[in-house]
Amino acid sequence: MSGVEGYMYPNEINLYWSVLIVLYPYITGLVAGAFILASLERVFNVTAVKPTYRLALLTALSFLIVAPLPLQFHLGHPERSPEMYFTPHSTSAMAMFGYVYLWYLMAVLTFEIWLDYRREIVLMSQKSKGLVRVIYKIMTLGSNNISERALHIDEKVSWIVTLVGIPSAFLLHGYVGFIFGSIKANPWWSSPLMPVVFIFSAMVSGIACVMVLYMAVTKLRGKTIDMKCVDTIAMYLFYTFIIDFSLEMLDLIHRIYEADESFRTLDFMVHTKLYFSQIVVQIIFGTLVPLLLLAITQLVKLPEIARKRMYAVAGALTLIGIFAMRWNVVIGGQLFSKSFLGYTTYKMSLVTKEGLLVAVGLTLLPLAILWVLVKLLPPWTDGHSAEGVAAD
Amino acid sequence: MKITRRQMLVLLPAAAIAWEHVMAGTPEAAPNYTMSEHWWSMLIDIPKCIGCGNCVRACKEENDVPDGFFRTWVERYHVEDEDMTNPTVISPDGGKEGFPPVEKEDEGKYFFVPKLCNHCADSPCTQVCPVGATFVTPDGVVLVDQKYCLGCAYCVQACPYGCRYIHPQKEVADKCTLCYHRITKGLTTACCEACPTGARQLVDLKNPNDPIHEFLRTHAVQILKPQMATGAKVYYNGLDGSVR
Repeated sequence: MSGVEGYMYPNEINLYWSVLIVLYPYITGLVAGAFILASLERVFNVTAVKPTYRLALLTALSFLIVAPLPLQFHLGHPERSPEMYFTPHSTSAMAMFGYVYLWYLMAVLTFEIWLDYRREIVLMSQKSKGLVRVIYKIMTLGSNNISERALHIDEKVSWIVTLVGIPSAFLLHGYVGFIFGSIKANPWWSSPLMPVVFIFSAMVSGIACVMVLYMAVTKLRGKTIDMKCVDTIAMYLFYTFIIDFSLEMLDLIHRIYEADESFRTLDFMVHTKLYFSQIVVQIIFGTLVPLLLLAITQLVKLPEIARKRMYAVAGALTLIGIFAMRWNVVIGGQLFSKSFLGYTTYKMSLVTKEGLLVAVGLTLLPLAILWVLVKLLPPWTDGHSAEGVAAD
Repeated sequence: MKITRRQMLVLLPAAAIAWEHVMAGTPEAAPNYTMSEHWWSMLIDIPKCIGCGNCVRACKEENDVPDGFFRTWVERYHVEDEDMTNPTVISPDGGKEGFPPVEKEDEGKYFFVPKLCNHCADSPCTQVCPVGATFVTPDGVVLVDQKYCLGCAYCVQACPYGCRYIHPQKEVADKCTLCYHRITKGLTTACCEACPTGARQLVDLKNPNDPIHEFLRTHAVQILKPQMATGAKVYYNGLDGSVR
């Protein structure tokens, strides 16, 4: 049989979770990571990252809106997915997704963004005209009070929401890790470390994403990049990445040393079918190279232009590396037989419901949503805020 | 409590919707059959299996199993003396048309292992289903409500035995039903009926007269992957340690 080496149980030859299920943890990871970066400013008073606070929130929202779409495309019967809300199965980790998602979307992200932008939204609803005015009017949700006291209350509530948001972000992504980590039938997934690794890799990808976006968008807008801000973000990226990498290495060392019944099969898979995506892309180019670049920026005093370039390269490589990590978890977990006697091959289709084109479209969609959000709710702190637009 | 006509009008459709959910997951009604009186499983007598593939063909026919997917299949193991833990296994088209002649007759041992859903009492597939579309019946059979299944394939990932697949046309999870439509009418499964050597036998553990009780007392019987603690109920007689 084509693409099969050794023996696979006959129902295992086709992979059931495709590239879209790779995208799902990747996207939710970006959401969780971007939010945690935003919370640094709000809860931990890291004022240096303020220029990215609102951008991080809007990025998180854009990706969160898209997060359930890969799942919907993947389902055999997406029209039945509301059953997960109406008749959730209490013992299923996946059944909780709907609730965790809604909680995070409505009670955390949207609420926090609304509170943070409320003053600008009200001002815009008064100053703009036509359809734009209607949109802003709706966005005020009928709350037009922007007195000092009201804004002070907003500020307090927003702080609490962020505080609740941090464990929620951990929950959102740790839970995604649990979906994989709790499958005892699959030794590649089954690990209590999985949720923790997912959380830290989420933080790494989210921080890298916001850093790259901030630098790219600032350059496109013709403004100067706030180096103090980017330096701080890069520092957090570096330390989070070290924790993430250590956890992944701990998992690896544990597997190698324990060498249980699955080890020979998994080890062979990593050296053959997953060699490029795991060793080359994820570990070398997606982890060691960005870690090295970030380490250099921490240890050596470099000129601004060098730092910018190194951050951009490190950020982009990190994003590719974390994508490769999700790929290796999801696809790698299905390439070997649960009989430990053989391997299959993943053949990605191009234009089908779960094909490459849909995957590319779903990866780009959050950026389109972010573009709209940025137009509606400008996140800039360098004098081009919504208020500024209103005054123009 | 008094219910007004208006309240009644609201309650009736709500009750109808709720009833639909209650009924979802209830297996097809079979007259003269009491679920609580049975606890179904299967006995596979490995030394008796000749690898003819009758069971696989009968299952395909009876249950309209799509090509390339299997509710039951037969594996042929070749275990060499010096490498007990690394057998060579084949199952061409699930063993549907039998097996090619053996190549090294004198080296090691050859034997057939029929596989099917283990109808686990603590089934991981049932545990992970996000909507409860897959369930264990009171008489011990793991079934899928295909009108309710989302087709997420989480159960396929959770099954340690590779017994589930997503039906390519229906786009829902599919698997062995232990011929539930037959056994609730007093018949045996299609695979057991087609087996020429009696290597597969449907058993009812709640029936005190079932010969399985005597068999289990007098033979060294095992289940597949006991370390998975799934409460697998397909019992194998003469199972070699190399079988996964």
